[in-house]
Amino acid sequence: MNPDLHLWLIPLVPFAGFLVNGLLGRRAPKPVVSAVALIGALIPMLQVSAIVFNFKSLALPHIENLGTWISTGAFHADFSFSVDQLTLVMLCIVTGVGFLIHVYSVGYMAEEEGYWRFFAYMNLFLFFMLTLVLAENFLLMFVGWEGVGLASYLLIGFYYTKDSAARAGRKAFIVNRIGDVGFLLAMFILIANFGTLSFSQVFASISTHPEWQGGFLTAIALFLVLGATGKSAQIPLYVWLPDAMEGPTPVSALIHAATMVTAGVYMIARTHVLFDRSPYALAVVAVIGCATAIFAATIGMAQTDIKRVLAYSTVSQLGYMFLACGVAAYTAGIFHLVTHAFFKALLFLAAGSVIHSLSGQQDMRAMGGLRKKIPVTFWTMTAAVFAISGFPPLAGFVSKDEILYQAFIAPGLGKILWAVGLFTAGLTSFYMFRLWYMTFFGENRADAYEAAFHDDHGAPVHARKDTKLTLEAEHHAHPVHESPWVMLGPLVILAILSVIGGFMGWPEGLGGSNWFAQWLHPVLTTAAGESSAGSKQLELILACVSTLVAVTGWFVAHLMYYAKPELPARFTAQIRSVYSLVANKYWVDEIYGALIVTPVLFIARYLLNVLIDRGVIDGGGLVAGYSAQGFGAIVARIQSGNIRSYAGWLALFAGLLLAASYFGWTAHFWVR
Amino acid sequence: MVPIAYYLVLSAILFSIGVAAFLIKRNIITVFMSIELMLNAVNLTFVAFTRHWSQVTGHLQVSGQIFVFFVMVVAAAEAAVGLAIIIAVFRARNTLNVDQIDLMKL
Repeated sequence: MNPDLHLWLIPLVPFAGFLVNGLLGRRAPKPVVSAVALIGALIPMLQVSAIVFNFKSLALPHIENLGTWISTGAFHADFSFSVDQLTLVMLCIVTGVGFLIHVYSVGYMAEEEGYWRFFAYMNLFLFFMLTLVLAENFLLMFVGWEGVGLASYLLIGFYYTKDSAARAGRKAFIVNRIGDVGFLLAMFILIANFGTLSFSQVFASISTHPEWQGGFLTAIALFLVLGATGKSAQIPLYVWLPDAMEGPTPVSALIHAATMVTAGVYMIARTHVLFDRSPYALAVVAVIGCATAIFAATIGMAQTDIKRVLAYSTVSQLGYMFLACGVAAYTAGIFHLVTHAFFKALLFLAAGSVIHSLSGQQDMRAMGGLRKKIPVTFWTMTAAVFAISGFPPLAGFVSKDEILYQAFIAPGLGKILWAVGLFTAGLTSFYMFRLWYMTFFGENRADAYEAAFHDDHGAPVHARKDTKLTLEAEHHAHPVHESPWVMLGPLVILAILSVIGGFMGWPEGLGGSNWFAQWLHPVLTTAAGESSAGSKQLELILACVSTLVAVTGWFVAHLMYYAKPELPARFTAQIRSVYSLVANKYWVDEIYGALIVTPVLFIARYLLNVLIDRGVIDGGGLVAGYSAQGFGAIVARIQSGNIRSYAGWLALFAGLLLAASYFGWTAHFWVR
Repeated sequence: MVPIAYYLVLSAILFSIGVAAFLIKRNIITVFMSIELMLNAVNLTFVAFTRHWSQVTGHLQVSGQIFVFFVMVVAAAEAAVGLAIIIAVFRARNTLNVDQIDLMKL
């Protein structure tokens, strides 16, 4: 007997929160709005923890069918939710981290206009994200997939009076649509070949046909990868994520670091049965992930906006997850997803706390020396920096090391992927410690920064950079201040998780039992089985190597940004051309603009708008309209209003009809 | 026995007079009367044919006569409503000339 878990409540409670805040929140006081939003995030979390405690008694996968959605001919789709180990991991992340970020937002957004709007969108996001995670078929997953894109668009464009924010929202939305086309095409091929979109049915029919290798499965997998690159910000569709930092910082933490952007990784892990049959698609995933990881890491090294560094870091870490999926180490990918959710959410929230304490300043060149002034933020950020850089035994070390180990023992490209991944780990360590030193150590450079940039532009730089719509003047009056505890509480919890989270999956090579991998084993067992090439000694050696690389990155950052602060300027002067290439993000935005956006805009503006829309469609309409009008003007003369003229017409044509019938004309014309 | 053609010719003459009067006359009362004339021309045709078919078939045919009653009833109703409208129009516009009552145009 399978208990009814009322899974539908999990997404619908946040949706109710969205409705209440969205419809009534404008007039409600802020405490009421935040209470509604927090309840909307808390209840799903409690329900998920209830599922965790009852999990042993469930028959897996636990599927709850809420009713038929589409039933047409042979095709059938249900509103059905399912829970298995993988779903549960995602549910814990989404509701747990989601709730913490909601709490944090109460403090961070306290002085904002549109407070109710923010929390309504946040709850809307939770609704769609939980739908995505719980969905039992591709179609319902796609609903969540599109919905989180919508919520992301709304929240990136939260400061909609700012042009750059509105543009960033649109960019995110449009770039995501490109990926979504891939998802849609994958679903069409699935329907054509399987006649169903249910995960369980599709996977069951694949497992009964061992002779299916590649072919249409590769096509489906590659289109799914296209969808995943859009949502998870991978090459070639990563460009929207750095711009998405225009949104409020809690949004960057929740949507653009911890949950939504990992949807692509979740989707690949969820549909790994497809990918296992298509080595080609897997190789594509691995190469995309690996290339994105190093590409984004190099860009991250030269950014000066604290949130943009973290954004490129997110793209890079997502690349690691793709790399893991690409070498069929889905467990490692999901594990990195989990630990990344901890430390990257923490990094963003801590960065938000820094920005908050500096009254909206985001440029690291204006920071420095904040260690003593905001100690709690500093210490939690330190935990996150060490975690992401891969220092044992913190969370990031364990998961990243697992990925690198799995890449190393993978056949084919494995060694190259490992080498690039390892180098990226060094870069990660470098740019994270660069951020750490620039923000918290040395002298406070706010005044020097002001002097350097204020006079040039005539307007205070941070006034333009400031994402806060209101209370700007008042903000500037504040001295540097530590954030309130409603913001620091989530930081501390996430810091603890970032420190101990790795022990969930402590690898066997280091004396652990990798509980996390065993947990996911029933869902993510690959057909290839556990790789035999590895050994505990190898894992230990590789762990030492990657630790060494992380320390090297730290050392270089220490040298350049702490011990000898004049070094970076000299260094960048020597490699000016390379530096400007990296600092300008390899000109990718400009290349895309020239190659894709400009031609599309040209076609839209001149061919489609002027020629087709205004010429053919509008012109045709005008011709039809004017000709009807002219004809009507002529015919309207008959209606004179004079009764005797009507009677005359009547008599005339009646007479003609009589005459016609008399002379037998009717027979020739009508009766045949 | 008068042949049916006589009745029909008379009816046609009456109807033509009605049509002509309808077209020529300007006074709305006269126009109204010409309508009555056309209706009665039709009635004459009905009763003529009834009588004719009764003779041809040897059975009494009554449907044409019943139709005449219908026409009379409708004509009476029409006269009542029509005269009421005429009075209303006259009160409003102070004329009975149909050429001046031409508001129902575009």
